[in-house]
Amino acid sequence: MDTSELTKEKRTERPEEIKAVPVRHPGRWIAAAIVLLFAAAAVRSIVTSQGFQWHVVGHYLFDSRILHGVLATVYLTALCQGIGIVLGVVAAVMRLSPNPIVSGASWLYIWFFRGTPLLVQILFWYNIAALFPTISLGIPFGPTFVHAHANSIVTPLVTAMLGLGLNEGAYMSEIVRAGIISVDEGQTLAAQSLGMSRLQIMRRIVLPQAMRVIIPPTGNETISMLKNTSLLIVASYGELLFSAQSIYDVNYKVIPLLIVASIWYLVMTSVLYVGQYFVERRFGRGFTRAERATMRSRWLTFGAGSMAR
Amino acid sequence: MTAMVKAEAVHKRFGRLEVLKGITLEVDRGEVMCILGPSGSGKSTFLRCINHLDKINAGRLYVDGELVGYRERGAKLHELPEREVARKRAQVGMVFQHFHLFPHMTALENVTLAPVQVSKVSRDEARKRGTELLGRVGLADKLNTYPVALSGGQQQRVAIARALAMRPKLMLFDEPTSALDPELVGEVLEAMRQLAREGMTMIVVTHEMGFAREVADKAVFMDDGVVVEAGQPEDVLGSPKHERTRTFLSKVL
Ligand SMILES: Nc1ncnc2c1ncn2[C@@H]1O[C@H](COP(=O)(O)OP(=O)(O)O)[C@@H](O)[C@H]1O
Ligand SMILES: [Mg+2]
Repeated sequence: MDTSELTKEKRTERPEEIKAVPVRHPGRWIAAAIVLLFAAAAVRSIVTSQGFQWHVVGHYLFDSRILHGVLATVYLTALCQGIGIVLGVVAAVMRLSPNPIVSGASWLYIWFFRGTPLLVQILFWYNIAALFPTISLGIPFGPTFVHAHANSIVTPLVTAMLGLGLNEGAYMSEIVRAGIISVDEGQTLAAQSLGMSRLQIMRRIVLPQAMRVIIPPTGNETISMLKNTSLLIVASYGELLFSAQSIYDVNYKVIPLLIVASIWYLVMTSVLYVGQYFVERRFGRGFTRAERATMRSRWLTFGAGSMAR
Repeated sequence: MTAMVKAEAVHKRFGRLEVLKGITLEVDRGEVMCILGPSGSGKSTFLRCINHLDKINAGRLYVDGELVGYRERGAKLHELPEREVARKRAQVGMVFQHFHLFPHMTALENVTLAPVQVSKVSRDEARKRGTELLGRVGLADKLNTYPVALSGGQQQRVAIARALAMRPKLMLFDEPTSALDPELVGEVLEAMRQLAREGMTMIVVTHEMGFAREVADKAVFMDDGVVVEAGQPEDVLGSPKHERTRTFLSKVL
């Protein structure tokens, strides 16, 4: 048999393009209809219910005191999350140190701040003046350099930084540590063989790769931080919820003002989502396995067609 | 003239497990030594010891006439401080079985990182030399490509260029072609062959018999932490004296 003749024929004549009838998915349409029905009912009750007082919401949405609170919340979130990230990196590197005192100190820090409620920590810092009326900075049993009254140092802002920042550092350190551990040891070996120092390897090789693992949970942490700033209401810090409260304390429009605050919290967390997307893309360079199942592609394959995977 | 690498009864333990049980050998300047031996015989460990990545427990190991990892003062050995160790590592290039390129950097960035960070070469200077080195291993068109987009053979050639960028006096290769698809082995061996022709001192752990016969000045067969047989490649590989060497070679070929 002449096989070369056969293969030749197959190669020259390209078969017709497949145009298959897509599989129908009636179940998806039914599920979608039920979800939409519930959504419509919910929207109707929210819009028409008297208790929500939408005109009041509209009136206060751009009130200068509210906007001021929004700015304060953004500022606090950035500041405290920044402190948390720096502390987290330091604590994570310390935790991985071969020196048992250094890694033990880091462990103790994480244990304490993860093991007590954030609200308790904030109240504690807010009332620290009762515990230490004066604060001095110096060498133990040696000379003092700074000496001050606690009340003048521990302002609401400092309470915020201590309460939220220290707590966040403990959580961030676990995230950073997981990221560092996730980097292949061969990377360190290769960098060492090039003569790089431990610090250089951490900074140029390990941390940039750990970022890919660190960023998604850090995005979540930032969103939590944004919402947790509202706990500072107990420390009289003028963030968003405090602003809303100071208004409804006077006019008793509690629900509408809580809605105003919620709308702003949603706006801010949405902005964070977008930011996280871009940061993830930046640190995903060199790792192209990133999932690209976008919303758009999900819509395109919704009703019919073959679903990949 | 002193040898580039001189090992005298080198011992290395991991906990209770003795991995190197008295390695004695010498590699002269400009020489290529091929080491072969079964998996687990301590070949990688020996290379890591030469590059100060592992500390030896007994014996003496010298690179370019200087003790590795320690400083001898009178009768006592002092551990070298981290900075000294790093400085010495920078003078020895190392190429790994699994490449270990830095995935978050382009080929050129991989090659320029250490010269800029460690040798404090200017960025422009490093780029110029990096471009030239990548050209020499046939990757002039891949300067700005990330490792994921390179084949195994291309990645290994970037890794060779990365090591050469530090102008090492000695190059260590740990099974540089073992992780490659068969059709990609040749291009990596060719880059190594060229390096040997230029007079680089090299220690190569490999099971590529053809390469060993053609390029190596010395061949060493290691098993269970000892050198079983050493000598001219044609003798060790062609007419081995020891039974263990014969058994191993019959399995590899
Ligand atoms: N870091 C380490 N800790 C403990 N044991 C190790 C370590 N590195 C290597 N070994 C052991 O040393 C022996 C030799 O390993 P290796 O040098 O990698 O051999 P080869 O490269 O010849 O295959 C093996 O039994 C291995 O398990
Ligand atoms: Mg090995």
